[in-house]
Amino acid sequence: MTLVVADELRKGNRLALSRVLSQVEAGSPAGERALDKLFPFTGKAHKIGITGPPGSGKSTLVNAFARAFRALPHHPRVAIIAVDPTSPFSGGAILGDRVRMLDLQQDTGVFIRSMATRGALGGLSNRTEALSQVFDSAGYAYILIETVGAGQSEVDIVNLAHTTIVVDTPGMGDDIQSIKAGILEIADILVINKADRPGADQSVRYLQNMIEMGYRSNIQRAGKHALLDVSGDPQTDLPQGWLPPVIKTVATEFEGVEAVLQAILRHGSFLRESDLWRAKDEKALRDTMRKMILSGLVDTWREQVSTVLIEEHIRAVVERNESPGAAVRALLSYNQNVKPFSSE
Amino acid sequence: MTDQKIRVLIAKPGLDGHDRGAKVIARALRDDGMEVIYTGLRQTPEMIAEAALQEDVNVVGLSILSGAHNALVPQVIKKLHENGQDNVIVFLGGIIPEDDISALVHQGVTKVYGPGTDTREVCKDIREAVITRVEG
Repeated sequence: MTLVVADELRKGNRLALSRVLSQVEAGSPAGERALDKLFPFTGKAHKIGITGPPGSGKSTLVNAFARAFRALPHHPRVAIIAVDPTSPFSGGAILGDRVRMLDLQQDTGVFIRSMATRGALGGLSNRTEALSQVFDSAGYAYILIETVGAGQSEVDIVNLAHTTIVVDTPGMGDDIQSIKAGILEIADILVINKADRPGADQSVRYLQNMIEMGYRSNIQRAGKHALLDVSGDPQTDLPQGWLPPVIKTVATEFEGVEAVLQAILRHGSFLRESDLWRAKDEKALRDTMRKMILSGLVDTWREQVSTVLIEEHIRAVVERNESPGAAVRALLSYNQNVKPFSSE
Repeated sequence: MTDQKIRVLIAKPGLDGHDRGAKVIARALRDDGMEVIYTGLRQTPEMIAEAALQEDVNVVGLSILSGAHNALVPQVIKKLHENGQDNVIVFLGGIIPEDDISALVHQGVTKVYGPGTDTREVCKDIREAVITRVEG
C-alpha cells in the first residue's frame, strides 16, 4: 500500500505526496517504509534555509523567493516548509505562515507545508529534514525552509540547508549584537528586509564590517579550523571562499528579491564547484543519523525499563537517598541485563 | 515513535472581513492540543481546497458572516472531493439562519455553530468526529 503511494508521489500525485508527508512527520511505520523507498531519489534539491527574528518578514520573503524561482526560464518546482512553534503547554500550534503566501496558492508548481516544532528546540522540528527528503525525491528543485522566529542560538538550519539566509530589519541591533549573535556566523546571505525604514544603510554597513572581520579571521585559520573550506589560489596565494553578501529588500514590494535570487544561485554554483555541496550533504546525513541513533536508543531503553522502576529511583532521589547520577547509572545498566526483543 | 496530531484548517471564504471568530476558534483548538493552519481572509473555495490538500488536514473549519454560506460551502466541499479528500470533516461557524442548517448538513457539513458557542464544545465535537472518521 505504502509503496504504491510512494510510486504515485514520484509520478507527481500531490495528494499522495501530502499523505506521505504526514506519515513521515508522524514517524509511523508506513512513513519509515516510504522514506526507505524514496531515499535513493534524493540528493538533487537545493535546500535553502530562511531564519531571523520574529516579525522580520521571513514568510513574505519566502513568498517572494518562490515567485522569483518560478519565474526562471525552466520554471522549477518549489517546495516550502514553514515551521512554527508548538505550545509547550497544550502541544497544539497555530501555523500562520500561509497568510503571507496567498499569491502562491493558485500555482500548482509550488507546494507549501506548515509544520509545528513538536517540542524540538533549535528552530526546526525533528522531522523537517525527513520532510525535505520527501520533497527532494518528488522532484522539487528548490526547497525553502522557514524556521521559527530565531533569536541567537536557533541554528539547526545550517546542518540541514545548503544555503542559509539570515533576515534582519533596520535598527535591530548595533555591532555588538552582531558580534555576539551566533546567527550572523551561519549566514551565507544576509538580508536587511523592510529596507524602506530608517537606518537600513547603517545596518548594512555594520553587517558588512562584521562579515569582513569574520572572513579575514576565517582565512587566517584556513586549513585547520576554518568553517569555510577555503582552498589556495595559485595566482595570488590568497584563499578563495564565500563572502556573504548583504542585500537590502522590501519584500512586500518585491524590491531586492531578484538580487537575493541571484545570490542563492551563485552560492549553489560555488558549493558545487568547490565540492562543499557534497561535504554539506554528508554533514547533514551524519547529523540526521546521530539524532536518529539517540532517539532510537531512548525508545529502546524506554521499552525495556518499567515506569515503576523509574518512579522508584525518582522517589529515592527526591528523598535524597540517592544522587541523580547514581539513579541514572542504575537505570541505564538495568537495561544491559535484559535481552532485547525477548517476548517472554 | 508515532506522533499523530489532529490538523485543522481554519479559513474564511468570501468577502467579509471579520475574522475575530475564526481567530478565537483557532486559539481554542490550539489550546486543546491541535495543529491549526490559519489562512486568513478572503479565500476562494479553490484556495481553501488547495491548502487542505497541501496540509493534509483532518478537518476544515469555515467561518462565514456574509450570508453567502449557501453558495460557498457546497463549492468548498465539491473541490475537496474533486481533490480526493472526501474524508475531510467540514465544520461551519458564523451567522447561519436556522432554516439553512439542514440543507448544509445534507451537503456534508458535520456541524454548524452560531454566535456564543462554547469553544470546548467545538473541540469535543472535532475530536469525536476525527475518531469516528478514522475508525469508521
